[in-house]
Amino acid sequence: MSGLLAKYDPDGFFCELFGTPERPAGHTLEIRARLDQMRIAALRRRAAASERELYGLGITFTVYSDKHTIDRILPFDVIPRVISRDDWRRIEAGCIQRVTAINLFLDDIYHRQSILKNGVIPAELVLRNVSFRPEMIGHDLPNKTYVHVCGIDIVRDCEGTFRVLEDNARIPSGVSYVIENRHLTLRAFPDLADNIGIMPVSDYGSRLREVLAEIAPTGVGDPGVVLLSPGVFNSAYFEHVFLAREMGMPLVEGRDLLVMDGQVFMKTTGGPIRVDVIYRRIDDDFLDPTRFRPESLLGVPGIMEVYRNGRVALANAVGTGVADDKAIYTYMPKIIKYYLDQDPILPNVETWLCRNPSDLAFTLAHLDELVVKPVGESGGYGVVIGPKASAEELETCRAKLKAQPENYISQTVVDLSVCPTLVDQTIAPRHVDLRPFVITGKSSWVLPGGLTRVALREGSLIVNSSQGGGTKDTWVLE
Amino acid sequence: MSSLLARFAENSFWMARYLERVENLARILDVNETFARDSHGAQDWLPILRLHSDEERFFDLHNEADAESVVHFYVLDRRNPNAIVNAIFLARENARTLRHLLSLEIWLQLNIMWNWISGLDNRDLNLADFSRLCARIKEGCQLHSGLAEHTMYRDQVWLFYQLGCFIERCDQTTRLVDIKYHALLPRLQDVGTPIDVSQWNVLLRSAAAYHGYRRVFPRQMTPTTVSGFILFDPYLPRSVAFCVREMRRIIGDFQSHAELRHVVLPTDTVSRLEELASRQPWQVIAGGLHEFLDQVQIELIALTRQIGLTFFGHPAEVGEPLAVLVPGGTAA
Repeated sequence: MSGLLAKYDPDGFFCELFGTPERPAGHTLEIRARLDQMRIAALRRRAAASERELYGLGITFTVYSDKHTIDRILPFDVIPRVISRDDWRRIEAGCIQRVTAINLFLDDIYHRQSILKNGVIPAELVLRNVSFRPEMIGHDLPNKTYVHVCGIDIVRDCEGTFRVLEDNARIPSGVSYVIENRHLTLRAFPDLADNIGIMPVSDYGSRLREVLAEIAPTGVGDPGVVLLSPGVFNSAYFEHVFLAREMGMPLVEGRDLLVMDGQVFMKTTGGPIRVDVIYRRIDDDFLDPTRFRPESLLGVPGIMEVYRNGRVALANAVGTGVADDKAIYTYMPKIIKYYLDQDPILPNVETWLCRNPSDLAFTLAHLDELVVKPVGESGGYGVVIGPKASAEELETCRAKLKAQPENYISQTVVDLSVCPTLVDQTIAPRHVDLRPFVITGKSSWVLPGGLTRVALREGSLIVNSSQGGGTKDTWVLE
Repeated sequence: MSSLLARFAENSFWMARYLERVENLARILDVNETFARDSHGAQDWLPILRLHSDEERFFDLHNEADAESVVHFYVLDRRNPNAIVNAIFLARENARTLRHLLSLEIWLQLNIMWNWISGLDNRDLNLADFSRLCARIKEGCQLHSGLAEHTMYRDQVWLFYQLGCFIERCDQTTRLVDIKYHALLPRLQDVGTPIDVSQWNVLLRSAAAYHGYRRVFPRQMTPTTVSGFILFDPYLPRSVAFCVREMRRIIGDFQSHAELRHVVLPTDTVSRLEELASRQPWQVIAGGLHEFLDQVQIELIALTRQIGLTFFGHPAEVGEPLAVLVPGGTAA
């Protein structure tokens, strides 16, 4: 490399574009050569044009302060992350294996509970879990599918091994960025993408729409399908709009729906019209104020009873949160083994469950080497990264662990792989993760690629948008 | 044709109304800045405040209704719900909710217009350039109308959009004429005599009516002919007569939608509007122009309420007509 990438140094981390000195990435040779010929000024111009486009399109997060609402874009880095065909086959198979096991697990715990009776998982971890919904016991679902849309967070360690960091089996978000990022890249970099052979991401909407029609209550010919959103103030509202448009379905809020005569209806200009399938983007807790949180104004009173009677379908099903809990995550390799008699294709990150005394002891003894995560949080909040924490932070963490060990897990620090990223006037390595999206009806399908999140702060391992993260387009080569 | 959520019908209706309102407010401000001068050349900004019933709100914030404070109040003051910046904000919020049913072009343009107007400050309200600012606001609204006309799918969203457009435009035209009312009334005895032609010129131009007017009245220019033209000319797209005719047509179009065939919007208000729009200019001037304009506005409010009851699922208040349903309908 003699041009743009001449001074790029991944600093010992696994690089998504270059690989490692032992395992150079052969699949990116052409892309590297093209990138190398670009000038930094031209790259900056293209990046600025993409940002303007995002802002103009209103693909923004709304940040609320005391006086004003501020719309911010989720930073988009113009240099794509490239995945080889072989790596993708592995990720794809690993994701499908995982979702299959999760669905079997959910069907089991809401019916026979054999995995608990066989002592593979401590029963109280499931039955006393806040996300376990007794309402779902004995409720049969089409294809026994609970998780129709799953987002699986994957990281890659220094050896280049893909590992699962987290399963998102409730209402995973981010897929709209995958598709919009592709549009942006193709507009900003037609020359980079030309004749490379990139797997398309444009049919996500029609795939999901297909599955939603599949799960309609029996006997319904042409089902009425809607997307249920918490409304314009939700930070993912842009995505709800995007998906409703892609799938040609009404974007409804709880106040647009009502339960009448054992059915769900939406309020239209021509009067109530029956709704058969709901792709809901609101949490279980807010779904039905008569069953769950009574103060919730986002949901639909009485909808759970209609659901229980099989007169309306929900995607994802109610009660899937128990499967993506951080404690259950620890057991996922055992769950895969139990239901599929297979080893995980994508291993977990090594994890200690602090509710177990021996795991707690290990965690306390190695606090400065581990990542400690609260079980009930998401979005990167409350995470303590041992090697980067101050002595004071470690002491606070130690006290919390001792006080409520069941609220925490600890994991080895994964040195996330890096990607060349445009930073100020140079190209520098920044850590990335990957969230592929899996759609499941009768069978599972994985959107090629997924959402690559990038930690834009130098050295940072936290990719969440709330913590200074951005996104990249993700290319899977044909 | 598919069904439409009542809430989205309302969003479409109000998106159109707010943008139409912005365009007309920009016209009114521009006109006033240009010609609201008395014989000594001083500008009178009180009529605009009266027109929008904003005197109390304004004088809570300012001591004097001078050009700068009134212009700021109507363009950028977020404390004033009637300000252009707030109307564009609300248009964009309605569009944001409705966005999956709008074309990308419509959303993009509206979002960019919002980003622009929300970034303006006092320095941008320099009175020497005020006309240009008003022109840019009008152009933004006109670009929106053009995009709507060219890119909107012609389903129910479009019907409610148009209905909002014409109701608001009709309302704003009555306000535009009303602003000259105070200048007109003391000279009732002068009806038909030559007047300060330049001011009527500007009024006609502000309603984009000047050239049309000249074709119909090549020589005359009296308060009766000018206000009569702006209010009653059947071919002027901003006239009350034109807008009311469009309302009647759109309401007729509702019946062609299978989803709406069983819903009947009471049309007594439209009939009363048609009666008002068919009056003779001299009649109206003699009977009191201001009272006439008031009556049109009252009927427009009533029509908006009936639309809300019939299509948007608004709760009926005591004494209000309920949405009438023919047998076989599913609405409750």
